Amino acid sequence: MRGLESLRIATRALRVNKLRSALTVLGIVVGVGAVVCMVSVGAGAQAEVSEKIRTLGANLLLVMPGARNSGGARLESGTQPTLTEEDAASIRRELVDVRVAAPLLSRSIPLVAANKNWVTVVAGINADYLVAREWQVADGRSFTSDEIVSGAKVAIVGSVIVEELFNGRTGPGETLRIGNVPFTVIGVLGKKGAGAAGRSQDDVVFIPLSAAKSRVLGAVRGTTREALDFISIKVSDATAMPEIERQIETLLRQRHRIRADAPSDFKIENPADILFARGAAVRLLGTLLIAVAAVSLVVGGISIMNIMLVSVTERTREIGLRMAVGASRRDIRWQFLIEALILSLMGGLVGAVSGAVAAVAIAWKAGWPILISPWAIVLACGFAGFIGISFGLYPAHRAARLDPIVALRFE
Amino acid sequence: MPPLVRTAGLSRHYSCGGTIVRAVSDVSLAIEHGDFVAIRGRSGSGKSTLMNLLGLLDRPDSGEYALNGREVAKLSEDGRATIRRHDIGFVFQVPALLPRATALENVELPLVYAGVPPSRRRRAAKEALERVGLADRGHHWPNQLSGGEQQRVVIARATVNDPALILADEPTGSLDSATSDEILSLFETLHHDGRTIIVVTHATDVADRARRQITLHDGRIIKDAQVAARNSPLNTAVLGSSP
Repeated sequence: MRGLESLRIATRALRVNKLRSALTVLGIVVGVGAVVCMVSVGAGAQAEVSEKIRTLGANLLLVMPGARNSGGARLESGTQPTLTEEDAASIRRELVDVRVAAPLLSRSIPLVAANKNWVTVVAGINADYLVAREWQVADGRSFTSDEIVSGAKVAIVGSVIVEELFNGRTGPGETLRIGNVPFTVIGVLGKKGAGAAGRSQDDVVFIPLSAAKSRVLGAVRGTTREALDFISIKVSDATAMPEIERQIETLLRQRHRIRADAPSDFKIENPADILFARGAAVRLLGTLLIAVAAVSLVVGGISIMNIMLVSVTERTREIGLRMAVGASRRDIRWQFLIEALILSLMGGLVGAVSGAVAAVAIAWKAGWPILISPWAIVLACGFAGFIGISFGLYPAHRAARLDPIVALRFE
Repeated sequence: MPPLVRTAGLSRHYSCGGTIVRAVSDVSLAIEHGDFVAIRGRSGSGKSTLMNLLGLLDRPDSGEYALNGREVAKLSEDGRATIRRHDIGFVFQVPALLPRATALENVELPLVYAGVPPSRRRRAAKEALERVGLADRGHHWPNQLSGGEQQRVVIARATVNDPALILADEPTGSLDSATSDEILSLFETLHHDGRTIIVVTHATDVADRARRQITLHDGRIIKDAQVAARNSPLNTAVLGSSP
């Protein structure tokens, strides 16, 4: 008998019990759905992490001021303005593998341009910061060293600022009031998109650090004019990062004259590590869910086997009749195997579609790129088919082993 | 030409609660091509077992069976399936149709397993339905047909692959007498067309339509007689036309 004929017989038998067939494949649907969904979500989360690390700039370390002890209570990190431009300069000077050590001082400040205003982060930097972040000036130019040293009233703005303040004009040459001080825009940065915290990295204004200290930010911090928010350090070699981290620690402890038994008044972070950890958490969750999916697939297989056994018993007379008119054992075995295979593949298909839909919904909600993995669909459906065949073998074998006389007399 | 059916010492035993039941015991018989044979006997006489053996649904424990000159007693299950597919047509007591298939599809079934292509299959099935007078019922479901019609569909199925041997087990057992008569006439027509028919029955009126009556008792043949054609007008006509 031809395969096409078996296919026709099998689909007809399944159509007779639509609800039963649908319930039977539920386990397979859930299993395949979970696999497709989790692989896709995992891939999306991974892509998001990679993208964030890329926009962050590779091989980056952040040195931040530490928390201050105040009468036993540890205050918020950054409450002790300990990091200075001199610290940054000495890190750059003393440590061989450090390419740049870029100080940064920032604050949210209202901006005014013509008749529009906008509140954003204004950060004082030197040209090294853009190197550390691998950030290009898309339109206009970067700071000159004269401007950095003299604290010139010039600004480089992110693309969001151009949209919000300049009414679609290009940016360079415009005048921008930061607080009450007018600055001239000399450059517009390339787009980076959302940062690790979810906020747009393009909603930012950079001015020379010296200008920030003397003209805009320094005074309002109320502590010392030398205090920095953090120092971004770009390391030339990724493998050297743990070693550099240790060296920075030693160097800054020396500079800050911290006793051997006292805690540091700063901390060093590797932002890529944090992002990687988040990606790893998503992956771990995915692995757990795939384990659940595997269990679900096996349970689905068992329910297929169960229903196929019921079906064989119900159709004993039919099997006897088919044998009487000349069906060989092979014909009968195929008929039931194909039935089990179709059941599981249908379940796989429905599962793949619902898993993909769920993955799209999750990616959309989380703001990840949507990545439906085709190999996950193929693999999951293939596995579903394999389950159908393996759990269909025994019922099909039982059907084929029936004695035609016994089967014909079966009530 | 050898006889269509030749058995020698055919036996089938069942072990039932420690005692051995000899359902068919040492049966030797020969049935010629084109014959119409009734196998008679009370229930438990072994006639159904004999039919299952002759129809290759069952295997004898001992003895020989040659169908159309070919030894078939020792064939494997698949070998017997092949013979059933091509050389034997069955008619059962309760009309045995697939409930989820139309009359036409039921008739097609043996050809499906014989690997006949769909278009030829359909044509042959339509012709077979036409021969039993159900040409317009092809697309009906079995539950839309009367008992007699269902049995006629079964007969169409039993003849669709042009088998050498048609085996019927109490073909009128579940029908009223008028319908029985129709079915029996149909068998006579088939016989008249040159087919070989073996009917298993305990009913005298059925057996009387046959040309030869074999009576079984306790699994053995106790009587084997040619029947003078008398009841059937068809037989009278056939005999009357011969010199």
